[in-house]
Amino acid sequence: MLTIENLHAQVEGKAILKGIDLDVKAGEVHAIMGPNGSGKSTLSSLIAGNEDYEVTQGKIILKGKDLSEMDAEERAHEGIFLSFQYPVEIPGVSVTNFIKTALNANRKAKGLEDMPASELLKKIREKAKLLEIDSKFLSRSLNEGFSGGEKKRNEIFQMAMLEPALSILDETDSGLDIDALKIVANGVNKLKSKDNAIIVITHYQRLLDYIVPDFVHVLFDGKIVKSGTKELAHELEAKGYDWIKDLASHGV
Amino acid sequence: MEFKEKLISSHLAFEEDLYQNDRVAQARASALKVFEEKGFPSKKEEAWKYTSLEALIQKDYALFPKSESSIELNEVKKYFLYDTDTYKVIFIDGVYSPFLSNTTHDGLDVCLMSAALSKPKYRQLIDTYFNKIAPEDDSMTALNTSYAKEGAYIYIPKSVVAEKPIEIIHFSSGNETALWLQPRNLIVVDENAQVQIIERHQSLKEHPVVTNSVTEIYVHQSAFLDYYKLQNDLPSASLIDNTFIVQEKNSHASVHTFSLGGKLIRNNLRYFHKGEHILSTLKGVTILHDKQHVDHATLVHHAQPNCESHQDYKGIFAERSEGVFNGQILVDKIAQKTNAFQQNNNILLDDKATVNTKPQLEIFADDVKCSHGCTIGQLDEEALFYLRSRGIPKKEAKALLTYAFANNVLESVQLPSLKKRINGQIAKKLGVNLGFEL
Repeated sequence: MLTIENLHAQVEGKAILKGIDLDVKAGEVHAIMGPNGSGKSTLSSLIAGNEDYEVTQGKIILKGKDLSEMDAEERAHEGIFLSFQYPVEIPGVSVTNFIKTALNANRKAKGLEDMPASELLKKIREKAKLLEIDSKFLSRSLNEGFSGGEKKRNEIFQMAMLEPALSILDETDSGLDIDALKIVANGVNKLKSKDNAIIVITHYQRLLDYIVPDFVHVLFDGKIVKSGTKELAHELEAKGYDWIKDLASHGV
Repeated sequence: MEFKEKLISSHLAFEEDLYQNDRVAQARASALKVFEEKGFPSKKEEAWKYTSLEALIQKDYALFPKSESSIELNEVKKYFLYDTDTYKVIFIDGVYSPFLSNTTHDGLDVCLMSAALSKPKYRQLIDTYFNKIAPEDDSMTALNTSYAKEGAYIYIPKSVVAEKPIEIIHFSSGNETALWLQPRNLIVVDENAQVQIIERHQSLKEHPVVTNSVTEIYVHQSAFLDYYKLQNDLPSASLIDNTFIVQEKNSHASVHTFSLGGKLIRNNLRYFHKGEHILSTLKGVTILHDKQHVDHATLVHHAQPNCESHQDYKGIFAERSEGVFNGQILVDKIAQKTNAFQQNNNILLDDKATVNTKPQLEIFADDVKCSHGCTIGQLDEEALFYLRSRGIPKKEAKALLTYAFANNVLESVQLPSLKKRINGQIAKKLGVNLGFEL
């Protein structure tokens, strides 16, 4: 599904990613953990096509296609979805109108007609139910005045509507209480299939109790310094990140 | 002959034509003197620092159309709020068009300034209201007064709620090579009365048109005025709009100005408070491209205690367009407990676009709440990335963000059909189909 080869990236001349290799297959859930400033958010927004970062070396390949020259919207059309840590407020544009615009933009890119209104409404209802979103919420302006939990739920709702091949959940657990966390995790689990893949970016192990990863990678100073299974997440939770820092400084 | 000289020498022929109301004739004559002395405003004056009329007045313009132009309804229907029943006062090249208009004297007066100025039954109202709040020392206003003859006259009697909105539309046909128009409107909203008014100026063909318009508005005790200025003219048309509003106690006067098209637009919008517990609302959305120029010069004069004013202007400037916002708030010493708010936010979409914004607060009372803020920026890159990461192409994403930026001004538009129309015009101006009814 997704292959990242020797990825180096910088922002304003400062190297942030220093050689990332990652292979995510369809049907898998990968967690990327690491302390603040290790490059987690850079990696996720780079995959989604954020132009603030400059790739200096390496490749990102999705289903055999090199994403390097693609704009953010083209990557979305290829099946990349990023759930934002800080979703943006768009006053005057309702959740429903926004998702309709996004969905039809993706269809247009694939040469399809706009989704008929009745079909769209049915789909919206079905996916809203999955995330316990009520209809009043759908007519509110996108993210405007939303609580942290509502914002994250709305991100996963968009993921449900757009049905991406590869979803990256960037710190989706931050700002969530345990009930909201369960709703979001439950939604993600129901969207998981053998045909798609999910990368969960998180600082803490908490979310991984609910979205169970097949693989866990530890990112430190722009490199993946350790990979393992879900037990690695528990080990990090117990020991903190300091031993990882030692590991990195002594060379792997 | 310079155009200024033509304006002065043509006046004699103009006056000879008219029914003589002494006071009106007197007002015209002294206004002409003011204009003769002052001439057109120049960039040397602080109030006109960023807006030059120089290029406009180099040309020669017809002051009176040679022949009456008729227009087919189908040609202009799209400029009306056709899906809403409205009163209409329509002019073609400055001349009233009975065929396109829908006036009334049934319970309220929606008719012509020429009738009000000449018929004895309006004499008292004209004596009370005509040229009472238009400043005598302003040269463009004086020029208008000197030629004041035609426009809309609207009188809403006590406790009457106008059931239909009123549209005032000035068309220029393009039959004159270049045309200088000077409409004069008088609007009186008596105690407890309510009215909604939409004003627009529209050329039907590309040709130089300059409109120097004056509107005097009286909003009496507990009355409500809801006024919309739609400025979406062809790139050959310029507008100097002078609107003066006096409010009595407990009244609300709201003016929305949508500046989406035209060569040069200057909006002089001035409010004066004559009672307590007044609310004044001034809102605007400006979206320009090419070399268009819009200058909003507002003034709210708080002359009584316990009043509120809200100014909120949003500007979006592409290509080489220029915006000016000069927002003045004047609070007299007796105007305690004033609450005056002013906001001017601008987005520059291109490097060559410019904005000059100048809040001007003069406060002589000590117990007031006054705030102002202005911003000039670009579209938020993070927000743009958010939309694009959902598969929305860059152009549409920009349009959506631009729309969101202007949104809170649109939200207060009370006429649904007008709101829909303006949304459509904004989407068109931004050059995209947003994929849903906004």
